Amino acid sequence: MPKVTIDGRTIEVPTGTTVLDAAKMLDIPIPTLCYHPKLTPFGGCRLCIVEIKGIPRPVTSCTTPVSEGMEVTTSTPQIEDLRKTVLELILSDHPNDCMVCERAGDCTLQELAYFYGIRENRFAGERRIYTKRDGNPFIERDLEKCILCGRCVKVCDEVQGVGAIDFGYRGFKSKICTPYEKDLDCEFCGQCVAVCPTGALTGKLWAFKGRQKDIKEIDTVCPYCGTGCNITLHIRRNEVVRVTSREDTWNEGWLCVKGRFGYKFISSSDRLKKPLIKRNGQFEEVSWDKALDYIAEKLNDIKSKYGADAIGGLSSARCTNEENYLFQKLMRAAIGTNNVDHCARL
Amino acid sequence: MFESKINLEIKVCMGTGGIAAGGTEVLAAFDSALKERDIQAKLQMGCSMHKVGCRGLCAKDVLVDVIINNSKSTYQYIKPEMVQRIVDEHIVGGNPVADWLVADDYHNFYKKQVKVVLSDCGNIDPENIDSYISAGGYKATEKVFKSMSPEDVITEIKKSGLRGRGGAGFPTGVKWEACRGVQSEQKYIICNFMDRAVIEGNPHAVIEGMVIGAYAIGASKGYVYIRAEYPLAVERLKLAIKAAKERKFLGNNILDSSFSFDIKIKLGAGAFVCGEETALIAFIEGQRGMSRAKPPFPVYQGLWGKPTVINNMETLANIPYIINKGADWYSSYGTEKSKGTKVFALTGKVKNTGLIEVPMGITLREIIYDIGGGIQGDKALKAVQIGGPSGGCITPDMLDINVDYESLAKVGSIVGSGGMIVLDEDDCMVNVAKYFLSFTQAESCGKCVPCRIGTKRLLEMLDRITKGKGKEGDIELLEKLSSDVKAASLCGLGQTAPNPVLSTIKYFREEYEAHLQGKCPAKVCRDLLTYYIIEELCKGCGACLRACPAGAITGEKKKPHHINRQLCIKCGACFDVCKFKAVGRE
Amino acid sequence: MTNSIREIEGMEVIFIIGSNTKETHPVIANRMIKAYRKGAKIIVADPRKVPMVRFAELFLNLRPGTDVALINGIAHVILKEDMYDRHFIDEKVEGFEEWKKSVEEFTPEYVEKITGIPKEDIIKAARLYGNSRRAGIFYTMGITQHTCGTDNVNAIANLALLTGNIGREFTGISPLRGQNNVQGASDAGCLPNVYPGYQRVDLPEIKHKFEKAWGVSLSQNAGLKATEMIPAALEGRLKAMYIMGENPVITDPNIHHTVKALKSLEFLVVQDIFMTETAELADVVLPAACFAEKDGTFTNTERKVQRGRKAVNPPGEARDDIFTIMEISKRLGYPMDYNSPEEVLEEFGKLWPALAGIKYNRIEKHGIQWPCPTNDHPGTEYLYKGGFPRGKVHFTPTQYTPPAEIADKDYPFILTTGRNLFQYHAGSMTRRVEPIESHAGEPYVEINPSDSERLDIKDGDMVKVVSRRGNIEIKARVTRMVSEGVVFIPMHYREAAANILTNDSALDRHVKTPEYKVCSVRIEK
Ligand SMILES: Cc1cc2nc3c(=O)[nH]c(=O)nc-3n(C[C@H](O)[C@H](O)[C@H](O)COP(=O)(O)O)c2cc1C
Ligand code: SF4
Ligand code: SF4
Ligand code: SF4
Ligand code: FES
Repeated sequence: MPKVTIDGRTIEVPTGTTVLDAAKMLDIPIPTLCYHPKLTPFGGCRLCIVEIKGIPRPVTSCTTPVSEGMEVTTSTPQIEDLRKTVLELILSDHPNDCMVCERAGDCTLQELAYFYGIRENRFAGERRIYTKRDGNPFIERDLEKCILCGRCVKVCDEVQGVGAIDFGYRGFKSKICTPYEKDLDCEFCGQCVAVCPTGALTGKLWAFKGRQKDIKEIDTVCPYCGTGCNITLHIRRNEVVRVTSREDTWNEGWLCVKGRFGYKFISSSDRLKKPLIKRNGQFEEVSWDKALDYIAEKLNDIKSKYGADAIGGLSSARCTNEENYLFQKLMRAAIGTNNVDHCARL
Repeated sequence: MFESKINLEIKVCMGTGGIAAGGTEVLAAFDSALKERDIQAKLQMGCSMHKVGCRGLCAKDVLVDVIINNSKSTYQYIKPEMVQRIVDEHIVGGNPVADWLVADDYHNFYKKQVKVVLSDCGNIDPENIDSYISAGGYKATEKVFKSMSPEDVITEIKKSGLRGRGGAGFPTGVKWEACRGVQSEQKYIICNFMDRAVIEGNPHAVIEGMVIGAYAIGASKGYVYIRAEYPLAVERLKLAIKAAKERKFLGNNILDSSFSFDIKIKLGAGAFVCGEETALIAFIEGQRGMSRAKPPFPVYQGLWGKPTVINNMETLANIPYIINKGADWYSSYGTEKSKGTKVFALTGKVKNTGLIEVPMGITLREIIYDIGGGIQGDKALKAVQIGGPSGGCITPDMLDINVDYESLAKVGSIVGSGGMIVLDEDDCMVNVAKYFLSFTQAESCGKCVPCRIGTKRLLEMLDRITKGKGKEGDIELLEKLSSDVKAASLCGLGQTAPNPVLSTIKYFREEYEAHLQGKCPAKVCRDLLTYYIIEELCKGCGACLRACPAGAITGEKKKPHHINRQLCIKCGACFDVCKFKAVGRE
Repeated sequence: MTNSIREIEGMEVIFIIGSNTKETHPVIANRMIKAYRKGAKIIVADPRKVPMVRFAELFLNLRPGTDVALINGIAHVILKEDMYDRHFIDEKVEGFEEWKKSVEEFTPEYVEKITGIPKEDIIKAARLYGNSRRAGIFYTMGITQHTCGTDNVNAIANLALLTGNIGREFTGISPLRGQNNVQGASDAGCLPNVYPGYQRVDLPEIKHKFEKAWGVSLSQNAGLKATEMIPAALEGRLKAMYIMGENPVITDPNIHHTVKALKSLEFLVVQDIFMTETAELADVVLPAACFAEKDGTFTNTERKVQRGRKAVNPPGEARDDIFTIMEISKRLGYPMDYNSPEEVLEEFGKLWPALAGIKYNRIEKHGIQWPCPTNDHPGTEYLYKGGFPRGKVHFTPTQYTPPAEIADKDYPFILTTGRNLFQYHAGSMTRRVEPIESHAGEPYVEINPSDSERLDIKDGDMVKVVSRRGNIEIKARVTRMVSEGVVFIPMHYREAAANILTNDSALDRHVKTPEYKVCSVRIEK
């Protein structure tokens, strides 16, 4: 377990810990853009540079493992100056789009630009202009906003095992592309959207549905498969407008296409809104009381005529534990039959 | 007329340059001309005729040696139709064709060179392992396997002072020692491509170097990274690997020892950054050639996370010669800290261009004036750019500098990849900086911000300056951004890409300032030029008027013409066609 | 799951059989990939070349319905090569000798004949799994939806017992639940033979316990399973049904049959969020709240009880199911009085010790895995740490029985059904999500190129798939995902519902799971 001194404070960390992680343990802030805690380090944005005694040039703290006796300084005038240059360079190739950007208020780049007070840009110059937009129905790829932090490429490969995108071209023209620049055709898990620090990758579903500051977040569980991923519903005006997952959940923030993009049924217009009773083959809207009374009457009727075992109940693997518990209690205690099952086998 | 004991040897230069100039056809022409004369039959074993690798002076291809009883005559610029005369007059008649023989400049070109790596290039047949063996090849391998431990090899290489020829100049023995010291069931050695000449001329030396290196560090697998654009080099390497395996210099149980080592060829797609060691590792792993942060260094965690030595091709080709002749012999060349010899690609405005190998510490003056034969057209030397696209400039007042790692570094240049470009008064230094930077910018792997965007911004500023749109403060901003890009970039590419900018500003600041004032002293930057007609010299011939694509020139016959500056597109057509030097530009 | 999802990361060997994990449990697949990146070896046994094969050390492309043979074959090799955990067996398992005899016939050669897997691969799989003591087995419906489903499950259990790959971290048997609360619905006693917490209805003392708790006398008759209710309805034994949040018309085998049965009921109540195919047949339809509109808990496949929260109001007059059940119950003369779902869970916990320690305030942020008997119990990441509940468990000999329907002259293809990545179950949710529908909204039948060529079918052609029960028209998707002689249809699409074709008469002998995974069909152009 090597010991490292960061800004004068010493800490012992497990072998292999990076300088950045060690600094985090000490609560020493270091700006980062390309770093993501669940992905292997990239080292591209250069914002996390620090000074290490004995190394003549600044090194990136996100990629450098701690070694015994290392002495690190996270902020010096030169380091801050370099960070500022780097940020200015990124912004010199970034659309001034914050006004209409989905991620405004929730964008790492914006935050850093604010923090470093970048306004005028000494390096203003050509920007990459891409007209092509991706035709897939899930993910908006606005590559002009892409800062090539590589997170999406890494998450797609390392976590999802798909590898649908990679860096393409070289030099200033470098770009995240699909093979042959075709439309994205992948598992659409949206992991890339989740890790993108800018507005380059967003869900098409949540375009213009409200920015983060107007949104209430509610943590719950995905309604689909039995994995039970923890999701966060983003609510605006009684509508789910986006689904995310927090990094500190057991599922580490990863979701699949259903969990991340499959929420629109909630606000579907063909949701059932009123109790219905069928009369002469036609459904008629009725009040709850009427429907409930009718049900009770019919069930009592059948029970007295044929016995409780002439009634069966099927509950749902999509209802809550409490609902299921009450359902079987209803069947067993109120109706008096063990004819209760659910679709575990289907 | 022949003596029965005559010994005839003909060597045709068949490097890529030689082949391009018609080497294959020349060889065929000799074959048929000699057959016609029935010389082969008569000479029996005495005659051999073969292709050899490049000998450096490609401008003079096809070069042919005719060696009769150990007396060698070298012909230059040989074409197939010239062969008959050489056979008739020289081989049959005994009188060399004096007109076609190489001149003094050819001999001077070689005089100050010391050939180690290239010693066998141009002498042996690179497609024939026996040719290499009879020149002493694979002796080093035998020696190592017979009588040296891996530690002995490392000691010897350390003692020789050999430093990496790929750019950084890291001591090879030290690198090997570090890798040897890492515990791992699997290690690799990678040969990094540099120049096709060594592989084309003497592929076995590289293989030998790798085998010895692998033995020293304990690697069982090696990769040769080689650019697919050089098919001849690839072909010759493949042949050589096959032949070396057949002779048990490579493969399982080398020379019946318990040591096995195999080499795979990895063809490159031409990306410059793939020469950077971490990018090369990524590329061999099947990923995009993109640099990775160090540490961890490859000797600890390289290819597929395993300890890996990456050496330059030239570095490795030195190894067998060092083992054969000894560390002391090798370190007798060079300066205190830079030992041995170094291959440079001498290009630009010198008379003799080509691949040269010189002892470390030779002066730049010797290289340019003795080997290079001086500046073309006897113009004024302006600068020498050394070290490839991220090297630095050296000015004429520093010509007596020793060419070695330390001395060059001291003046802001590098040995680098061994590029050496001679610039004369007609070269604009801002333009030169722009030229190199546009190369490195286009080759940036795109990973890190300072390199990807920073070099682009530098390039834009240079471009502005050469177009007369530079602003007050641009030079300072160039310097600032250059130093930031150097400091903040991830890999060697970005860390060195601004060197040409800094170095040209350092030595030619006034030229930058002149550009800001709207003048290009070397008269290269088109946008800064104005074309005009010097009335006193103009004969009114109308040549310029006809040549101008923009219709900017008017004038009556026999009367001085006139250029309309509004219409002029500065193409320079008038300047080129005027026989009376009546077109001026500023 | 005996063990938890987190533990996958620490496994050396991951044996996936009959589970298209990458598509049906994508986030679990992510964990497997993480393990793979750390060096775990993955074995995939499946009749289809499912996406997880990309990460597999070994792909066992078995014929549909031959899983028992494969698993027994692997056990055979493990026995023969002495890779089993004698100590574990001596201590914790009974019936070894007898079971050992039962796998004797499953030599690699014999198993190769049944499964079509080269015997070298069977041996390789056995060595991978058998030599590891950090190996987990994962399966889903590919194992259970067979007439021999119970045998499949037993055979898997035998394998884990044989190698002692159970009862420790990073091991275990992991059935992956298909729906977000299958586990919870079972736990809660929505099963005809058990009360909440798997407590048997046929044991008088248990019945007594529940009678006391609920204050009524309870029936001692065993109930009908879902798959038995349909025939009972047809036969007139079942007169009324109350279906909450289910769509058996689409999800049950043999749709025609199901519709007929439901129509023959005297009274059908369906409570759902959409007008499903089943709701169409109902006498009363009640509008329900969906997951985002109610509070409660869900139990995932690793037994983790997690909090679901109300985020939006239900549309119109839709109400959560607790309200509805309580209202009906009240009207049936059995009032239930709960002020919150929390109280329901509390009652549940009182009746089942495994849940006793799980309280809402403990699962605000992270769920807890049952058993969790007390308020300070951290929950249980993996089961059987201190041994099996009843001391020793048994090896259960299993025999290979071919699927009920096999390919023949008239129906030369084996049809298997399942899910794809994008859609879910009967589609009532996902098919209302525009991007999902536009991307994966069309039904298809997967067919191997050599079959399609023989039948002159091109990718995208409409074909007719015919079984003994019905036929559907569907687009052909030519792909090597399926082997020759096998076709695959995803279950989600009502317009070409796979369950028109599937075999409702072939149920698992023990638990009555339908054999969705195998029936024979013919393809017509
Ligand atoms: C951008 C860049 C390009 C490089 N290209 C090459 C190259 O083409 N060949 C080479 O041998 N080394 C190249 N290098 C240097 C290698 O990274 C590495 O230092 C060298 O191969 C080590 O071998 P040596 O110790 O024998 O010199 C390059 C470095 C950088 C930064
Ligand atoms: S799209 Fe987003 S995540 Fe991907 S490289 Fe660009 S900025 Fe990073
Ligand atoms: S996000 Fe995907 S994997 Fe996770 S529970 Fe939902 S459906 Fe399952
Ligand atoms: S310095 Fe340039 S070449 Fe090197 S990693 Fe950065 S972008 Fe890539
Ligand atoms: S966070 Fe370290 S380089 Fe980007």
